[in-house]
Amino acid sequence: MSVTLAIFLIVAGLLTYVLIRYRQRRQDSEREPAQIYGSNQIELSWTVIPILIVVMLFLSTTRVILETEAAPKPEGALDVTVIGHQFWWEYRYPKLGVVTANELHIPVSDPAKPTPTYLGLASADVSHSFWVPRLAGKTDLIPNRLNTMWVDPEAPGLYLGQCAQYCGTQHAKMLLRVYAQSPADFAEWIKQQQRPVAQDFSGNAAAAEGQTVFMHSACINCHSIAGTVATGRFGPDLTHLASRDTIGAGPIQNTPQNLRQWIADPNSIKPGVLMPSMHLDDHDLDVITAYLTKLH
Amino acid sequence: MTNGHPVLEAIDHTLEVKNRPPLNRASEWVSTVDHKKIGLMYIAYALVFLIIAGLQAVLMRIQLAVPNNHFVSPQVFNRLFTMHGTTMVFFVGMPILFGFGNYLVPLMIGARDMAFPRLNAFSFWISAFGGVLLYFSYLGGEGLYGAGSAPDVGWFAYAPLTAKAFSPGHSTDYWTLAILLSGIGTTGTALNIVTTTICMRCKGMKMSRLPLFVWLMLVTSGLVFVAVSPLTAAQIMLTLDRYLGAHFFDTQAGGSAVLWMHFFWIFGHPEVYILVLPAFGFVNEIIPVFSRKAIFGYPAMVAASVGIGFISLSVWAHHMFTVGLGPAGNTFFVFATMVISVPTGIKIFNWLATLWGGKIIFRVPMMFCVAFLFQFLIAGLTGIMLSAAPFNWQLSASYFVVAHFHYVLVGAILTSLFGAFYYWYPKAIGRMMSETLGRWHFWLFIIGFHLTFDFMHVPGLLGMPRRIYTYEAGRGWEWWNLIVGIGAAFQVAGILCFVWNLLRSYYHGEPAGNDPWDAWTLEWATPSPPPAYNFAVEPTVFSRRPLWDLKHPEDQDENYE
Repeated sequence: MSVTLAIFLIVAGLLTYVLIRYRQRRQDSEREPAQIYGSNQIELSWTVIPILIVVMLFLSTTRVILETEAAPKPEGALDVTVIGHQFWWEYRYPKLGVVTANELHIPVSDPAKPTPTYLGLASADVSHSFWVPRLAGKTDLIPNRLNTMWVDPEAPGLYLGQCAQYCGTQHAKMLLRVYAQSPADFAEWIKQQQRPVAQDFSGNAAAAEGQTVFMHSACINCHSIAGTVATGRFGPDLTHLASRDTIGAGPIQNTPQNLRQWIADPNSIKPGVLMPSMHLDDHDLDVITAYLTKLH
Repeated sequence: MTNGHPVLEAIDHTLEVKNRPPLNRASEWVSTVDHKKIGLMYIAYALVFLIIAGLQAVLMRIQLAVPNNHFVSPQVFNRLFTMHGTTMVFFVGMPILFGFGNYLVPLMIGARDMAFPRLNAFSFWISAFGGVLLYFSYLGGEGLYGAGSAPDVGWFAYAPLTAKAFSPGHSTDYWTLAILLSGIGTTGTALNIVTTTICMRCKGMKMSRLPLFVWLMLVTSGLVFVAVSPLTAAQIMLTLDRYLGAHFFDTQAGGSAVLWMHFFWIFGHPEVYILVLPAFGFVNEIIPVFSRKAIFGYPAMVAASVGIGFISLSVWAHHMFTVGLGPAGNTFFVFATMVISVPTGIKIFNWLATLWGGKIIFRVPMMFCVAFLFQFLIAGLTGIMLSAAPFNWQLSASYFVVAHFHYVLVGAILTSLFGAFYYWYPKAIGRMMSETLGRWHFWLFIIGFHLTFDFMHVPGLLGMPRRIYTYEAGRGWEWWNLIVGIGAAFQVAGILCFVWNLLRSYYHGEPAGNDPWDAWTLEWATPSPPPAYNFAVEPTVFSRRPLWDLKHPEDQDENYE
């Protein structure tokens, strides 16, 4: 960056000087200026100097490439599989038995004892790209191919990003939220995600009825809720839906009103989304919303 | 007094042609095989598409000017950027540059026409048909399935988004066929230009005396052979996938998405040079004339052009640094990409040295060339930044990249093209373009360009990916996008001045005469517009600047070359 800026200032400065110094003036005679056809020495100098700059840039770039791509994987690394779908993200923590969607939770990494997160990147349909600018550069998720990248945030917090490879109609609303948490908070979150799903809704008739409606509708063809008959893989896993901050891969907050509107007509929020409206009546919408908001 | 000089004899024996190329006799144009008329048709057809694709860009900038905008739907937006990119590359950039090549190459080398006039007409009409077919998709793309109209797969149409499963209907087929046809036309014209340059030169026009524009058209045409063929092959493979059950790119059946990327970018990156080399050619012709000096370092310029041509064939995977090629692949393409900046730098330094010690005349063609120099310098430097793979991992597919390549395509290519219009319009039409309107055009367009594309780098650095139809407020992108949109309005105003100037000057422009710029290449040795046969007598040349020799009998160029 500083090298290119320096080159820019030198060349643009020369150019400006030449344009002002050698512009045609009124008092100039009609004579043509002296004709100069070239000079091998000068050509050689402005060939060799740029070559030296290029070699320098190349070597420093190569060092960064190797540091990033050929870095050894530390002991404490966490593995997460990221699967891109049109237009949402699936996250699987294979060693921890956790499956979630759209909101990735990872531990912060202590530089003294690094615990980076290694992301295995795959795609269920078309190409996507995982890009959270403040965490790392982007890596593509390509069908029939497994890519990897790693991130090691040192400060806890919410890191935003989104899909960076055009993947179809709703590419724009395939948002990424990465929560970097302290090791204790992360362990707490994992424990909560590992809990079996809420099954007992005695005392909450609406949620109990919602569960029945859900399990007897087409919802279960696409969505999974661990421990129930809902085992679809086409849409996001809903086992702990109520623990997430957003729905629809990021564009709206996870409130009961938003959730109800989303179920009623996903296209009104995210036109082109692959989830269809199931044309449920108001009562069914109410009870399914009541059920889903209980999935902590 | 002809001095026995063959060039002068050519002028003396040519009738004065005062008629402008007629606009009202369609039959003359449809049936013509004259390289000049075909060149003008190429340019006119590209200008129509330039305006269409420019308006598509304006619609996109209106949509993105404020966050959460509902001006167009995501479906419409995705078609807009697909059609904008495809049109600008295949139906504006290549035809307009080949139009200039068609018009100028035979004139500059003292030939009476291209080597294959009928192939030339065929190439033009098949390319034109491709463009019309692409736009017919707005009507015909519905197909039997009612899915989509115009293609919405992006201009590089990554597999498997183009597979039947993800793109039902016929919109992708219109895209494929349009590009296939354009490729056939382009290859035909490239073949014609190579043959013409090698076989049709007038007496004394050695390769070492070719005007640099001709050299650059030659390199461009050579690149077309190598680069367009893989694209054509890929389009055929994609069609086989879609209709005959092949699985080249069909990932659901074991095909490879990465294969398409390689096929596309081994076309796609040389394509950038196919477009930019003729632009260098314009600058190579215009800067010396308006500095009143010979080009500095002609042999180095030729070597740099040929060098860029070769190296450009080995840089394509810098579009794929985020694909996971591994450290070995990445470092190779980093190196190749950085190396190409060396011959490019040589060109910039030679232009600088040409200006040095000259007597620079700021007429409109030269103003555009000066803007070209600054803008191409910046475009090249952001290119070097992007060639560093780690930097690229962050900024690839972001608005930084969009700003970078528009800096090349608009800031360098289109800007020098405008210069070329003002420079050669008098030759083709026989009338000067208005200098006043030209200055309005220049300033409005350049202000608009910098508002749009300077500020477009910023949202990219702030994490805004390309090809999103809307974005949330609060990411820090809003104001930058608004400024970018305002710049687009200035550019539109500039283009309106330009189009008005083109039309007005046709009727009311000052008569140009044979050689309004006091220039040195052969096209200025015939009347404006040139007669169908170009030269009454085949000229003979003794140096790179035949008209300099003619005007300065005491100081012949051949003594110095």
